[in-house]
Amino acid sequence: MKKFIIRRLLISVVLLFFVSMIIYAIMRLMPTSYVETQAMALATRPGSKSYQEWVDQLNAQYGLDTGIVQGYFKWATKAIRLDFGESWYFNQPVLQKFSSVIWYSFGLGLASFIIEIVIAIPAGILAARKQYSLADYAITVIALIGISLPSFFFATILKYVFSIRLGWVDLYGIVSRMHESMSSTGKVLDMVRHMILPTLTLVVVSIGSLMRYTRANMLEVLNSDYIRTARAKGLSENRVINHHAFRNTLIPIVTLLGGSLPGLFGGAMITETLFQIPGIGYTFYQCVTQGDIPFVMFYMVFMAVLILMGNLIADITYALVDPRVRVN
Amino acid sequence: MENTNVENKEMTLDDAARVKVLSPGMMVFKRFIRNKLAIVGMVIIVFMFLFSFVGGLLCPYSQSQVFYTTDKILKDYAGATTIDQYQIQQKEGAELPSDIYSKTLIAASTGKYVFETRKGDVMGLGNVGDGVYVIYSLQSVNMLLRKNADYDAAVAAGENFFTDSKGDTYLFQDTGAANPDVYGATELGVAAMKSFTAYDKNTKFSYDFYRGALVAMANGENSFEADGKTYTVDGEVVSADGAEYAFVSDLNFNAANAGVFISPAYKNAAMEAVEAGQSSFTFADENGEEVEYVIENKNGQYTFRKYQETRVIDTYARPSKEHWVGTDANGMDLLARLMYGGRISLLIGFVVIFIEVFIGMIMGGIAGFFGGWVDNLIMRFVDVVYCIPTMPLYLILGSIMDYYQASATTRIYMLCVIMAVIGWVGIARIVRGQILSLREQEFMVAAEATGISTYRRIFKHLIPNVVPQLIVFASMGLGDVILAEATLSFLGLGIKYPAASWGSIINAVNDSYVMSNYVFVWLPAGLFILLTVLAFNFIGDGLRDAFDPKMKR
Repeated sequence: MKKFIIRRLLISVVLLFFVSMIIYAIMRLMPTSYVETQAMALATRPGSKSYQEWVDQLNAQYGLDTGIVQGYFKWATKAIRLDFGESWYFNQPVLQKFSSVIWYSFGLGLASFIIEIVIAIPAGILAARKQYSLADYAITVIALIGISLPSFFFATILKYVFSIRLGWVDLYGIVSRMHESMSSTGKVLDMVRHMILPTLTLVVVSIGSLMRYTRANMLEVLNSDYIRTARAKGLSENRVINHHAFRNTLIPIVTLLGGSLPGLFGGAMITETLFQIPGIGYTFYQCVTQGDIPFVMFYMVFMAVLILMGNLIADITYALVDPRVRVN
Repeated sequence: MENTNVENKEMTLDDAARVKVLSPGMMVFKRFIRNKLAIVGMVIIVFMFLFSFVGGLLCPYSQSQVFYTTDKILKDYAGATTIDQYQIQQKEGAELPSDIYSKTLIAASTGKYVFETRKGDVMGLGNVGDGVYVIYSLQSVNMLLRKNADYDAAVAAGENFFTDSKGDTYLFQDTGAANPDVYGATELGVAAMKSFTAYDKNTKFSYDFYRGALVAMANGENSFEADGKTYTVDGEVVSADGAEYAFVSDLNFNAANAGVFISPAYKNAAMEAVEAGQSSFTFADENGEEVEYVIENKNGQYTFRKYQETRVIDTYARPSKEHWVGTDANGMDLLARLMYGGRISLLIGFVVIFIEVFIGMIMGGIAGFFGGWVDNLIMRFVDVVYCIPTMPLYLILGSIMDYYQASATTRIYMLCVIMAVIGWVGIARIVRGQILSLREQEFMVAAEATGISTYRRIFKHLIPNVVPQLIVFASMGLGDVILAEATLSFLGLGIKYPAASWGSIINAVNDSYVMSNYVFVWLPAGLFILLTVLAFNFIGDGLRDAFDPKMKR
């Protein structure tokens, strides 16, 4: 087991190296309009250097004056020491900005993750138990609609209905205007209120795949020989489902869920942007549109790390949950 | 009778009449059409294709045709300002110093009618009354005013100048003093806060006319003579020979548009309305139609505005007979844009999936069939691409295209290529896995044993067995690609104006005013995306069940 984990870790590090290199190369293609605007502003100061000199100096300062390979190693040596530089747009260290926004994203992700599990797994099992029943069709259709819904469209509908027509919640933001004058519980409730629509969006958009995954796995388990044996023994249907089938369905599901845990930190870019939740996704969107290379670079690599970690965790949980894998 | 007949007929077990043998393809098809959801999906997709491709041909409008409408808009017709500067008319041949305007204003408001100009000339104003002044150039004279009848008459009339019997004009100052200063005066011009308009466009007023009219109006006389003609005064209207000749007002009118002549009659009507404090008045235009003018007053600045039919872009028109779904922010027909947008969305979906399957099948096939270091190399590369976060990457590439100002068509091609280059890895994994398991099966061993070529082994025996999975994956992937394209276009980084896509149509909701007031702009496009993606998922689901009946109990 130890050897397995170490091997996977090493592979992940090598993969990360190449992924970040590709990302860096793409980043260097990004318009450096930020540098140019900065240089323009600095050059207009009285007695200042010329525009071109400022551009050169800023490029050197940001490490944009070297070739791509050279520049990448320069970036990587700093990144290993967790020095991702300063965000141009927010004018503060990237990691500081990151730590100030990440918890909004995590909260949003965790809330929708829990709601998803609570709804999707029982629904998926129900659909599998009564295959081709009305309930099965309904659940399948709902799951497919969720998968097919563009998140921006669903968010817009929610905003239209609940914010504009009914006026129950605010259109944008994480806090209301009177936030500062509220009591501490009021502040928390206020933020929760603003999280309702984004959470709902995320749940509806992503619940479908978990539901279908559960259903497919449950069907596979229900068709297997040991279930037939259990039934042949004369066990009650409840015991067959809850004791024999459910546990075996859990193996792939737990693996999937374990693998998606790191994703909770990744933020939901579209949803956060639409509701202007100041999470990591919204921050990233602002940075992309402003050409803030250090932050964008950091976020991309961070996402790649999350994906790699997800795969790793999925593999490890699979080995933990299913003893048959450990033997191999 | 019949019954026994049938029973007696001899039948073998594998009789074609008894066991209807279906080809595997036919069986898949039969299972597929028995799936209700899949049929619903097929119907939706067929509808979408007809709507986008045939509808676009039938639709009389093109996607970037801008529609106009006539709208009644309040437009400025004329402006008027209360005259607060002396309008000075110069006598023919006279020269006035450059600072005469300011000097006149000071002299008139302080009552010190004799003043010195910057050049040192002494000048004076002859107060006719009612804000009308005659400008004189003055020379000092020695003259005793006592017992001068003309002087007494002028003092009695409240004037500060007189003309003696010889025809010389004299101006005096300090009326009350025992011995006022007297100046010999030469007339230079006349100043008043009045503006003159001729009833006939071609009329040019002479100085004599100005002076005569102003003096007559100031003195309340009904007629005056100028240039040997007699003019009559009636209120603000001066007439000659019974015809209206000039209109005098203390408002200065100017037309809002060059080339518009504002008639005195209009000015008269406007002035009356202003004096009466009305907020609007009507006046007949050249065709005799009554037009309503709205008066706006801003610190003595009057603006007269009238409703004018103007051709404007028909933005956000509600659904109507001409525009079934209405128009968008640029005044383009939304139905046409939905059709053309559908073409792009569907085309991008199919093109991307085609490229993805093409690359994925080759790469996955090579990796799976040859194994070893080739497999290792390709699959590690797949892993790397798999780790790149896609949506952020699309965003970055979109902003790069923004920077290089790629044209709308270039963007479409680039989008296809980028999405395909990122997306093929999933297919490669599936194909490789499939081929790895197939390679070990007996029929492949048999194929190898018969000694057929590698080429035939791959394309005759392996690929056909991978196809079912690929079709399922492709039909579901189509939905994902359409979703991704819509999301990008929604964020403004995908398809750009003037080309349309369903995502870029919904982009309008970024303006929350549009979101709350013009639901017809964004709702149809969103529903179309939802329905199309849903249909592809239904079809994919149905295909999977049809290809793999093992899941059925």
